[in-house]
Amino acid sequence: MEPILEVKNLTRNFGGLAAVSNVSMQIMPGELIGLIGPNGAGKTTLFNLLTGVYEPSEGLIEMQVDGKPKQIGGMKPYKITNLGVARTFQNIRLFKSMTVLENVEVAMQRNIQYGTMSAILRLPKFYSEERWIKEKAIEYLKDVGLYQKRNELATNLPYGEQRRLEIARALAIQPKILYLDEPAAGMNPQETADLTKLIHEIREKYHLTIILIEHDMSLVMNICERIYVLDYGKMIANGNPEEIKNNEFVIKAYLGEEI
Amino acid sequence: MTKGILNKINLMWVAIIVVLYLLLSYMMAAGIINSYYKITLFNMCINIMLAVSLNLVIGICGQFSLGHAGFMCIGAYSAGIITKMMPNYAGLILGILVGFVISTIAALIVSIPTLRLKGDYLAIATLGFSEIIRILVQNMKITNGAAGLSGIPALTTWPLLMLGVVLTIVICSNFTRSAPGRACIAVREDEIAAEAMGINTTKYKVIAFVIGALLASAAGALFACNFYVIKPTQFTFNKSIDILVMVVFGGMGSMTSSVLAAIAIGLLNMVLQNFTDARMIIYGAILVIMMIFKPQGLFGDREISLSKIVDKAKAKKEAN
Amino acid sequence: MSQFLQQIVNGLSLGSIYALIALGYTMVYGIIKLINFAHGDVYMIGAYTAFIVTTYFGFSFFPALITCMVVCGLLGVLIERIAYRPLRHSPRITALITAIGVSYVIEYTTAYFMGSEKRTYPQLLSNASFQLGPIKISTQQIYIFLITIVLMLLLQFIIQKTKMGRAMRAVSTDENAAKLMGINVDNTISFTFLIGSALAGAAGILVGIYYNSINPLMGMVPGLKAFVAAVFGGIGSIPGAMIGGLFIGMAETMVIAYGSSLYRDAIVYAILIIVLIVKPTGLLGKNEREKV
Repeated sequence: MEPILEVKNLTRNFGGLAAVSNVSMQIMPGELIGLIGPNGAGKTTLFNLLTGVYEPSEGLIEMQVDGKPKQIGGMKPYKITNLGVARTFQNIRLFKSMTVLENVEVAMQRNIQYGTMSAILRLPKFYSEERWIKEKAIEYLKDVGLYQKRNELATNLPYGEQRRLEIARALAIQPKILYLDEPAAGMNPQETADLTKLIHEIREKYHLTIILIEHDMSLVMNICERIYVLDYGKMIANGNPEEIKNNEFVIKAYLGEEI
Repeated sequence: MTKGILNKINLMWVAIIVVLYLLLSYMMAAGIINSYYKITLFNMCINIMLAVSLNLVIGICGQFSLGHAGFMCIGAYSAGIITKMMPNYAGLILGILVGFVISTIAALIVSIPTLRLKGDYLAIATLGFSEIIRILVQNMKITNGAAGLSGIPALTTWPLLMLGVVLTIVICSNFTRSAPGRACIAVREDEIAAEAMGINTTKYKVIAFVIGALLASAAGALFACNFYVIKPTQFTFNKSIDILVMVVFGGMGSMTSSVLAAIAIGLLNMVLQNFTDARMIIYGAILVIMMIFKPQGLFGDREISLSKIVDKAKAKKEAN
Repeated sequence: MSQFLQQIVNGLSLGSIYALIALGYTMVYGIIKLINFAHGDVYMIGAYTAFIVTTYFGFSFFPALITCMVVCGLLGVLIERIAYRPLRHSPRITALITAIGVSYVIEYTTAYFMGSEKRTYPQLLSNASFQLGPIKISTQQIYIFLITIVLMLLLQFIIQKTKMGRAMRAVSTDENAAKLMGINVDNTISFTFLIGSALAGAAGILVGIYYNSINPLMGMVPGLKAFVAAVFGGIGSIPGAMIGGLFIGMAETMVIAYGSSLYRDAIVYAILIIVLIVKPTGLLGKNEREKV
């Protein structure tokens, strides 16, 4: 089987500093990957490179598109998204003044056929597609358990639910690859347990390849099949949770922290 | 409720508009609205068109444009020049269409490079662009330079203005409540997240900007054929600020607010028309005080929504 | 050739004035990220202050210059206190709209009290001129150069060598860190407005002398041009504002001399748009990235 995503010698410099340095990864379809490392190791920068927010200084990012590897490094974020890549943000970025439902509808933009003219003239196309989008969006909200709150403003949701809404919004993109940036940050143990369950469910239901950054080691060790470890922008280890726990470089990087 | 275009809510809106139109027409015919008030009313209509269309750009899409007067200027001069040669409605329609073409070209030239800029930089760039348009108009032969155009036929009538206002509001509110409109709001709320949702942010900014420019241009055409005389000095940066005051005063992001604010400021202008300086001081003070104490505007981002009113009435009935 | 050299001299004197105004824009933007739209009007107040003290109180040039700088400096501090301080952590657009509002209030309050008509400026400096080879330089131009240079050196000294200057640099780099280091951020921002507005005041009297006429709306266009100068040089950068001011002054003079004076304003806006498209950070500006 071909890898769905292959990162080759990826580097990103900011000024003189290499935030990500010579990183390579191979991710197979359907894998659930953890990306860990101390604060400032370059994890979010790597996500930003993979989703097009930053341009790579060097190296390639190849994604499997229509059975062929396609170089996506440096493409605009929306173009990468439209190839089937979705993400959530570490510092939640919802559309605050929109309702929960509208947040999900926005993410379905790429399925919409009708144009500005049909919208302004309210052609029949508009009504039929809008109805379809609404039904579909409600489905995603049910997946993450936010159906009851669909008409509330996103900004009024409690923290944990905002994170879930970000996931629903990412699902609405109908991605092949889903990046989750610290999905459990700020959650209590109960919420984290629910989140773990949710990640398993959506992965099964939508056949996703998931890569997640997380500081909560129990979550990572629990659900990830394979883990990559970044330190000072370099990939210092990769393997299954058992291997990572016993890797001396990883232990050194976390310097006494419990893994 | 979404049973296509002929749903109950839309029909109710049509009824309200027809009643309002007939009522105002009657008041004008009966002399309750005398010719002096009529000028104010006509002015209000043009300002509603300008404010609602600027609101689409600033309030809905979050792109802070200070160049609205430039597009109004293009529309006014296109219509002015053509109706002077063809003093009939065919001339006016042709003038509006020519204005559309030029405004679209100008809007694309401004927006594609400058909409990459953020907030305040965009404001200054659009301001500069609109001043360039004015300076060009001021120096061209066909526009009669600084002296301006005079003797433009008075083709702007009350039904035409009402039509302009209604179309502007319908276009802007239909756009806002649709997928492209949602994309624009997403861009306003968080550009990076919008892009991560697969939205081509530049495309939607340009769409909103062009629609705003077209409507401003149409308002300019009606303006030219209403006042017989147009001069480049009517389309300075100050005009853009006048429109901005209405949008900010009402509340950015709400069409209803822009309409109400245009009416309120129209009345204020009428009362203070002999005190130009005082009026401008009040405008300035409104901006400062609003921003400090009520940055969401007088009416906020609420909209008059018949469907909500109907829903509430139904709920009340059921409760009883 | 001699005409070209003459235009350079004219361009430099106009550019010096723009540079003085641009400094205020750039300092304020550097420290609170606000385009202080009212800055051009502060400079207009400078011109009017000089007009009043010389016409009604018989001040000569230097006392008038000092008065202008003091009045404008205080006005700047006042504007910051009343209008901008409550909005320091609001979205930038909110602050920009406020600045436009302040600008309106200043312009039309002046018009209300002083009348909106043009006023002829008293002749404060002799308009004698020297022939330097093929070039003609007037006393006024020499004063403009000298005063600009002295003020800029003074500004460099304040920013680089004094405690307040250090505080200004610290706040503009990182407001929160500066606060933690015990810097009084409010006072530092007030001081920035004081200095920037005082420079605009000096520019006000110089423009009055140079153009010989003032009106309440005179601040708007030169204000915008000075802003363009600040953007050209890289907003936030003090040497950038000086270079930008001279460049804009030069460009405008050359368009008047070799093109058409009708397009003297258009060229400045065109420069602005080109800079924003090609290098929005300007000549000496620093890049800023949004954190994702």
